Amino acid sequence: MSITLPVTDAPSPPLSARLAPSQVWGLLLLAPYFLVFLAFVVYPVGYGLWLARQPASYVALFHDPIFARAAINTLIFLLIGINLKMLIALFLSGFFAEQRTWIKWLSVLFILPWAVPSIPTILSVRFMLNPEWGMVNQLIFKFTGEDGPNWLNDPAVALTMAIGVHIWKSLPFWTLILITGRLAISHDLFEAADVDGASWWQKFRYITWPSMQTLYITCTLLSMIWTLGDFNSVYLLTGGGPADLTHVLSTLGIRYLRLDQLSLAMASIVCAMPLVLPLVYFMMKRLSR
Amino acid sequence: MKLPTLREAGNEARLILIGIPVFIWTMIPIYHMFVFAISPKEDAFSGKLWPDHPTLHNFEIVFRQQHYFLRDFWVQFGNSVIIAGAVGALTLLIATAAAFSISRLRVPGGRMVMNFALFTYFIPAAFLAVPMYRTMGIYGLLNNHWALILAMVTIASPYAIWVLKQASDKLPVELDEAAIMDGATTLQIFRLVYVPLMMPSLVAIGTYAVLLAWNEYLYAFLLLSNDREITLPVALGNFLAADDSPWELLMTTGFIYALPPAAVYYAFRRYMVGGLTAGAVKS
Repeated sequence: MSITLPVTDAPSPPLSARLAPSQVWGLLLLAPYFLVFLAFVVYPVGYGLWLARQPASYVALFHDPIFARAAINTLIFLLIGINLKMLIALFLSGFFAEQRTWIKWLSVLFILPWAVPSIPTILSVRFMLNPEWGMVNQLIFKFTGEDGPNWLNDPAVALTMAIGVHIWKSLPFWTLILITGRLAISHDLFEAADVDGASWWQKFRYITWPSMQTLYITCTLLSMIWTLGDFNSVYLLTGGGPADLTHVLSTLGIRYLRLDQLSLAMASIVCAMPLVLPLVYFMMKRLSR
Repeated sequence: MKLPTLREAGNEARLILIGIPVFIWTMIPIYHMFVFAISPKEDAFSGKLWPDHPTLHNFEIVFRQQHYFLRDFWVQFGNSVIIAGAVGALTLLIATAAAFSISRLRVPGGRMVMNFALFTYFIPAAFLAVPMYRTMGIYGLLNNHWALILAMVTIASPYAIWVLKQASDKLPVELDEAAIMDGATTLQIFRLVYVPLMMPSLVAIGTYAVLLAWNEYLYAFLLLSNDREITLPVALGNFLAADDSPWELLMTTGFIYALPPAAVYYAFRRYMVGGLTAGAVKS
């Protein structure tokens, strides 16, 4: 393929003369967003990177045991939490695609966790798990006569609960998207499979999965990116405790910020970039087609 | 009526066996919050599944601001309303203009700006919060409603632009051409052709931005700290600061706070499901 550059001998006319009036309007209409982008994305990100320039902050970061723990917690959150959530969503999308009146009503209720703000519901769970007065331990005491565990005081249990809260909150959204994917599959395929006597698994394996796998993988990656920024599930449930053992990267950054260690906060975010940027690149390739 | 076959009955039973756990799982935290809101203080801490004497007294305390933690309830409620409304309006304005410019006018550099917006959409919000906090400090906007409004517009508009661009790409070009033939100016096309046709998507995006701002906790709690400037979620978070927090009042306030977005969501569900989920993930 050869590229020929247009030969321009004449000096180019001034910008306003070269642009049609509609183009001038186009630039004017685009300007507000561009200004917001410059002032509140480019400048903060650039400033943040400049703050994170010193190698000393990374040394300090790697000597902070809380950082290592937060990085591991984040990986557990992403790899186990998200995959579990998406598998459940895939399963439930099949359930909600069934045509029944009561399932339709259930799906209306099922959306509630996503429709209501997360703060009150997470605090509700937090109090439910309170070792002394929480409903869970009161019920355990009523039925077994023994004291229930101190749920949020054990880092492993507390992190599991935070993942549970995250799943509770965002499962409806992903289920909804996977339902639209499922409903887009032609019904004829399933009827033909029924005629051939295909089993439930065979129908899933040879019809449903092939037509949904792209959507499913896109959803999983997108959910991973968003979950990296999920501050509420951990912060409001455990506050990062006990003993700062349940932090994830998003709450850790805010923790450093609250302690006025801004360069550490930025450095911890920069450390997450090798995880974020490939995901972002992949999603942008996919969405800007 | 024909009796169901054994196979059909088994299938139905399986569905019900899935449906019941799904129902319980979904409702527990919300039900727990509701029970707290209608329980008097003594019942609330006894772990009952339904209070012996359900009452609306807690709501009265909240509405009359009769507790130390609730002394600015109405001001904070108002702050939440103003900020959510402003974010909705500004996001719609900025995003509609940008989507029109990129998709219909095909302005040079539009594709690049679209990619910038998509990139912003994918930066986890909690990561952007740290430098954003400092930037707002430099701009002198901390503790000012504008800080939260502008931050939320920054977060809401990329997705808004993307969804609106996808929707407006589907409108036929002939419409604009016909309008130009009739002598319409660019602004007239925008006002008389584009906006009316985009209405369903605009409703979806407006709702999205309003809910996003109303629900936001992290940015609100970083950018606003004065008791009379903060929004409701920050006030809810502040309950946690004390050891002897009145949990039944916290849950009541939370319940009141959760009602408007739930109502808005269900009222606009028709638009939300069509406009947003189709745009959220293109396969």
